[in-house]
Amino acid sequence: MFTILKKEEIGPKFWRFLIAAPEIARKHRPGQFVMVLIDENGERIPLTLADSDAEAGTITLVVQEVGKTTMQMGALPEGFRLMSVVGPLGAPTHIEKVGTVVCVGGGAGIAPLLPIARGMKAAGNQVISILGGRTRDLVILRAEMEAASHEVIYTTDDGSFGRKGLVTHALTDLIAERGKPDLVVAIGPAIMMKVVSDLTRQHGIKTLVSLNTIMIDGTGMCGGCRVTVGDEAKFVCVDGPEFDGHAVDFDLMMKRLRTYLPEEQLARERYLRAEHTCQALKGVDHA
Amino acid sequence: MPETFAGLPELPKKDRLKIPRHPMPEQAPAERVRNFSEVALGYTPETAIEEAQRCLQCKEQPCVAGCPVGIDIPAFIDLIRRGDFAGAQAKIKETNTLPAICGRVCPQEDQCEQVCVTGKKFKPVAIGRLERFVADWEMASGEVAMPECAPFSGHKVAIVGSGPAGLTCAAELARMGHKVTIFEALHKAGGVLVYGIPEFRLPKAIVDYEIANLERMGVEIRTSFVVGKTATVHELFHEMGYDAIFLGTGAGLPYFLGIPGENYIGVLSANEFLTRVNLMKAYKFPAADTPVRLGRRVAVIGSGNVAMDCLRCAKRLGAEEVICVYRRTRAESPARAEELERAEEEGIDFRWLSAPLEIFGNEEGFVTGMRIQRMELGEPDSSGRRRPVPIAGSEYEIPIDTVIVAVGQGPNPLVTRTTPGLELNRHGCIVVDKETQMSSIPGVFAGGDIVTGAATVILAMGAGKQAAAAIHQWLGKLERGEVSKPWLASPAVA
Ligand SMILES: Cc1cc2nc3c(=O)[nH]c(=O)nc-3n(C[C@H](O)[C@H](O)[C@H](O)COP(=O)(O)OP(=O)(O)OC[C@H]3O[C@@H](n4cnc5c(N)ncnc54)[C@H](O)[C@@H]3O)c2cc1C
Ligand SMILES: Cc1cc2nc3c(=O)[nH]c(=O)nc-3n(C[C@H](O)[C@H](O)[C@H](O)COP(=O)(O)OP(=O)(O)OC[C@H]3O[C@@H](n4cnc5c(N)ncnc54)[C@H](O)[C@@H]3O)c2cc1C
Ligand code: SF4
Ligand code: SF4
Ligand code: FES
Repeated sequence: MFTILKKEEIGPKFWRFLIAAPEIARKHRPGQFVMVLIDENGERIPLTLADSDAEAGTITLVVQEVGKTTMQMGALPEGFRLMSVVGPLGAPTHIEKVGTVVCVGGGAGIAPLLPIARGMKAAGNQVISILGGRTRDLVILRAEMEAASHEVIYTTDDGSFGRKGLVTHALTDLIAERGKPDLVVAIGPAIMMKVVSDLTRQHGIKTLVSLNTIMIDGTGMCGGCRVTVGDEAKFVCVDGPEFDGHAVDFDLMMKRLRTYLPEEQLARERYLRAEHTCQALKGVDHA
Repeated sequence: MPETFAGLPELPKKDRLKIPRHPMPEQAPAERVRNFSEVALGYTPETAIEEAQRCLQCKEQPCVAGCPVGIDIPAFIDLIRRGDFAGAQAKIKETNTLPAICGRVCPQEDQCEQVCVTGKKFKPVAIGRLERFVADWEMASGEVAMPECAPFSGHKVAIVGSGPAGLTCAAELARMGHKVTIFEALHKAGGVLVYGIPEFRLPKAIVDYEIANLERMGVEIRTSFVVGKTATVHELFHEMGYDAIFLGTGAGLPYFLGIPGENYIGVLSANEFLTRVNLMKAYKFPAADTPVRLGRRVAVIGSGNVAMDCLRCAKRLGAEEVICVYRRTRAESPARAEELERAEEEGIDFRWLSAPLEIFGNEEGFVTGMRIQRMELGEPDSSGRRRPVPIAGSEYEIPIDTVIVAVGQGPNPLVTRTTPGLELNRHGCIVVDKETQMSSIPGVFAGGDIVTGAATVILAMGAGKQAAAAIHQWLGKLERGEVSKPWLASPAVA
């Protein structure tokens, strides 16, 4: 169980993992996530279920290297057995026919968006996706998202692919040209979800966001993932991860995401140093 | 071969009373606040035998009645006096499956030792320390007497949660010949024993050892499995083939205060803090990947056992000032006397009759301070304790870097929310039959903190044991066709 069956690079520092987890595969619904722990001294990190195959007993995770744990995942070989994969956690996305749904994805957020777009399309909605990234290669899962949507609009910060600019620019134009969609689903960096929510609030368009707070257990036990939604404190791992984007206090959430910045940096540097030494040692062995 | 000990003769009663209670050797406070090793070092065989000599072997055995699981205390103590440690351990194990743990964390002063006859005029016999001694002795001897298990009954039982309630229920059922699987949400079994109670009070090696013994008895442990998510109770019955289910999911939901500023960075629940430190080993960061940051000044709100653990962990992690903020007085503090004393020795700054009003933070969202209200004791409330009332105009502010909220926990709702038909009380705890521990769903039993709200290790064990007996009976009825497995209305997916 929890063996990495297949691993492929789908973008620079973006990895897709196929992992044996039959029980999770059986229960997975779009919008849910797992907590992954590599080994005894590792950290439990939340990762969205990008896909699952109940029959084969496998789940798919898409991971972007941003720090120690995700870099370490990027270096794991096929056949490696993860110490723990727990899930599926969180409430599934409420998928129903509403009319036109715009799926806005940025960076690693495109991975969790994929099963939602697919589900929305299957439910009979008109699905338009707006996918963005800093540069062409960082806009991942393009073929998959194209299959899951009726139409895809791309944006890149540097203009290397699609239109130059941010996803919000594309969304603004889309609303101006074709009128208000019935629902917007936005998943990506906190700042992206915030600006999308600010924009759709002005237009009165219902907007779902999927929050990526720091988590420890992922089962409602620690309260570390709490955010303010409306006037209430909510636990992202059990009450979410999806919330009404117009009610989320993004400023507070973005501050809380920075809690462990110095420690994250220390861990990253320490890891890279050790990796470096390892590679050097390997070199000596081969010589 | 384990060493054999000569033992000591049985003294006349008045001479027994002359022996003073033997103190527990401990790491000195100045030294222990710099490490996470166990504080109490344990009796030597000689001390244990001498302490055992103090027992009066009372006919009425009030101590036995004071123990929630009814250990035959005079009998095991007499065996220690004779130097028969293996015999003493076997005697304890007849009723208590986790003696190394109870001997360490039981509130003995409120239970067995409170009613000890010797304790009326002198200090009570150190029952807990003796219990711990024999359990540790067995572990060190490397020769563990495993209980006999009856032949396979043909029945499978699922235990949800691997805290003391679940572990005890599993051990009892395995002994009766049932095939038992424990499902645990976290990646490590043990419940509060591993994620909550710190290493310096209960070394994790002891919990691991007890769990390994359970596995040797044939109990299967499935970690990383959240019942209600990975599979529902309904699926455990009808797809995975279990014949009865025991829910021992504990009180893991942290309460917050509801005061302004509680979402600033640096305000954490006791559960988050203790999980980072104990389960994820943040005290080893960066050698372990999970960090915890405290700063120089740490305030812990509350004064129960959980608060004591937070205070003492914070001290060990290097915080310079560690402050306990509690709205009543030391006398009302729900923590064990021993833990309170140890915390005081370790230099914790106790602010009794103090209630937090507000937490302040800076532009970046980090905690910077806290406003505290002084209180005085007024009329007794419904619990019989005198109610703290604010003293007008007594508010003051302190600078603070971290606030840890340890004001209690509620029942974890993951299972209860996804099990239709399960009756809960207004606190969200599972309602059970007092005799059988059976819930409103036939075949689904429950015990421990999920039923009582946050309580103690030994009470959770007692409930697990009682449930095991009732489950055994229920399985007999199932076999005879008198009952059938429950069919839950529309198994909810959460
Ligand atoms: C419900 C949920 C689903 C997620 N799904 C995915 C996914 O499918 N694929 C994926 O690549 N990532 C996902 N994330 C984010 C992922 O959990 C973090 O990238 C990971 O925890 C970082 O760990 P690290 O040790 O590599 O980096 P760290 O050193 O811990 O952090 C490096 C940097 O990443 C940022 N970061 C830290 N934690 C998070 C976080 N929880 N979310 C976003 N940024 C963070 C911080 O700004 C930090 O500076 C998800 C997060 C949540 C809460
Ligand atoms: C910090 C702290 C210190 C304490 N100190 C003492 C002390 O000194 N003496 C004392 O007697 N008592 C003490 N207590 C109280 C005592 O630990 C508890 O009363 C006791 O552990 C309750 O046991 P339990 O088996 O009911 O639940 P728990 O020990 O809480 O175990 C429940 C287990 O169930 C798991 N679980 C929950 N939901 C699910 C699910 N859906 N699927 C699978 N698994 C699930 C949890 O992860 C957990 O491992 C302390 C408690 C804490 C928190
Ligand atoms: S289990 Fe607890 S109450 Fe019972 S004898 Fe041991 S220490 Fe005392
Ligand atoms: S009450 Fe005290 S002295 Fe009497 S039998 Fe029990 S432990 Fe011994
Ligand atoms: S991650 Fe612990 S409560 Fe959500």
